[in-house]
Amino acid sequence: MSSLATTLSDSVVITKRNLIKVKRVPDLIVFATLSPIMFVVLFRYVFGGAIGGLPPGISYAEFLLPGIFAQTVVFGSTTTGASIAEDLQKGLIDRFRSLPMSRSAVLVGRTVADSGLNVISIAVMALTGLAVGWRVNSSLGEALAGFLVLLVFAYAISWLMAVVGLLVRTPEVVNNASFIVIFPLTFIANTFVPLETFPSVLRVFAEWNPVSTVTLASRELFGNVPPGTPVPDAWSLQNPVLYTLLWTAVILAVFVPLSVRLYQRTATR
Amino acid sequence: MSAPSPGSPVMTDAIVVEGLVKRFGATTALDAVDLTVAEGSVLGLLGPNGAGKTTVVRILTTLLRADAGRVRVAGLDVVDDADAVRATIGLTGQYAAVDEYLTGLENLEMVGRLYRLSRREARARAGELLERFDLTGAADRPAKTYSGGMRRRLDIAASLIARPRILFLDEPTTGLDPRSRLGMWEFIADLADGGTTILLTTQYLEEADRLADRMVVIDRGRVIARGTADELKAQVGGQRLEFTVTTAAVLPDILARLRGLAVDEPHVDEQARRLSLPVSGGAEVLAEALQRLDGFIADIFDVGLRRPDLDDVFLALTGHATEEVATDDDQAALPAATGGMA
Repeated sequence: MSSLATTLSDSVVITKRNLIKVKRVPDLIVFATLSPIMFVVLFRYVFGGAIGGLPPGISYAEFLLPGIFAQTVVFGSTTTGASIAEDLQKGLIDRFRSLPMSRSAVLVGRTVADSGLNVISIAVMALTGLAVGWRVNSSLGEALAGFLVLLVFAYAISWLMAVVGLLVRTPEVVNNASFIVIFPLTFIANTFVPLETFPSVLRVFAEWNPVSTVTLASRELFGNVPPGTPVPDAWSLQNPVLYTLLWTAVILAVFVPLSVRLYQRTATR
Repeated sequence: MSAPSPGSPVMTDAIVVEGLVKRFGATTALDAVDLTVAEGSVLGLLGPNGAGKTTVVRILTTLLRADAGRVRVAGLDVVDDADAVRATIGLTGQYAAVDEYLTGLENLEMVGRLYRLSRREARARAGELLERFDLTGAADRPAKTYSGGMRRRLDIAASLIARPRILFLDEPTTGLDPRSRLGMWEFIADLADGGTTILLTTQYLEEADRLADRMVVIDRGRVIARGTADELKAQVGGQRLEFTVTTAAVLPDILARLRGLAVDEPHVDEQARRLSLPVSGGAEVLAEALQRLDGFIADIFDVGLRRPDLDDVFLALTGHATEEVATDDDQAALPAATGGMA
């Protein structure tokens, strides 16, 4: 078998293994979707009335949903790190490394399965969003592209998290560490409030934060940016899809080879 | 195939390790370890915690790279031909590495697929192994629900799915209750009878004595002895006659009557009310001794002819028992211990 075919077939085996866990532990998916639903409802009804500065001609629900999508898929990607740390802790990575299997399949299978989880979370959130007033004002193709941008970006973050998972010793550490980084990353952005309200230093950070651009990219693709909205100053926000895909490419180019190398050297301690 | 190492009988060696060195930072975990395992035999790698046993296994199974030395497994270099080595071996590590969310059957099928068995082969082989390891009834239950002994069996079954010629078992019975341990010994003995070459690490001397054809004893990263169980025991000394008496007061009288039978200095332990007499001759000596002790029989609590066990061997070789890790002073006090047998 060629090495690509080997990698593919091994990755399928590992992806299946990871998805069986989702089936066996339904709490996983329940809690993975419950918190985004909570966010949708909280922001829509608690802060929604108080958040100002929205462009005219758009409801807060329409502004909010792409932001929640972005936050949720980025958080969803942390699962990758925690699961890899758990496999390491339990000696499963040792077992896989002693098998004549592809050196990247464990990581590919993990990240692909976690993308699958993200697809489920997005679907649940989209339905919740539609119930609270979110609407897609573009074509089906554009809407699908909007979801795709979110998933592709989250997939790259999964590989970054894989590196974290291979470096730390317990799944809890991954969760705590990623929370500290990802929480600010998803809040210092245009996810929940318009950037116009930010103090200047934070605003520059937010403008170039890829979480802002992935949010704006999906907003545009869902038709949640009303016509007549002023063009932002930052290049990143003028070209949100391109800028997001650039980040995605760079993250993948760095973290895929890095995590595969780490995987080959790592060991249960 | 690999060249026989100097001094060993001409026979195919499934595993050849020469001059293996591994350092972790400033610590030398393995210091010039040499060993060979003949095709179809069982080697017991013995040593206390931290001796370097797991490090040896990890290097031999391609999980870790050595800093120096050469390792050939099934004639293949573990670094240059790592993938071919992996296709030939099975590994059961110290922790039962099973996916607890998958059922027993799913675990085995997954590993089978990753060993490149076809879907059908993997399933058939998984069924066979579940039966052999008494797991058929639990085949469709997630491994999470298994007992420690069942997990261990599933783990070994997983390492056997592709019928490896060479099997590595790293402390296969650590943490098992006595009954599960006996069961595990039977499985391992069966595998050995079936011709699988096995390298087994253990802290339990009884385990090595029972399963291994030959043994290598390592302590702090060095081989300190090697040979068959009998050779190692012979190295420590021959048999002893041991008496435990009901009261220490009679020990001098007993010793006076038996001194003539001793081939070496007898040892009296008043605290334990025990007399230990190096002898040669076997059962006749025991009969003779009892005859000489006519009149003292009522004072004797226990009597026996003992061959040294591997605990004695370990104590004699390293100056510390298997369970404890000795200080450097202990090692320095026993320069003879580093000699070993070829």
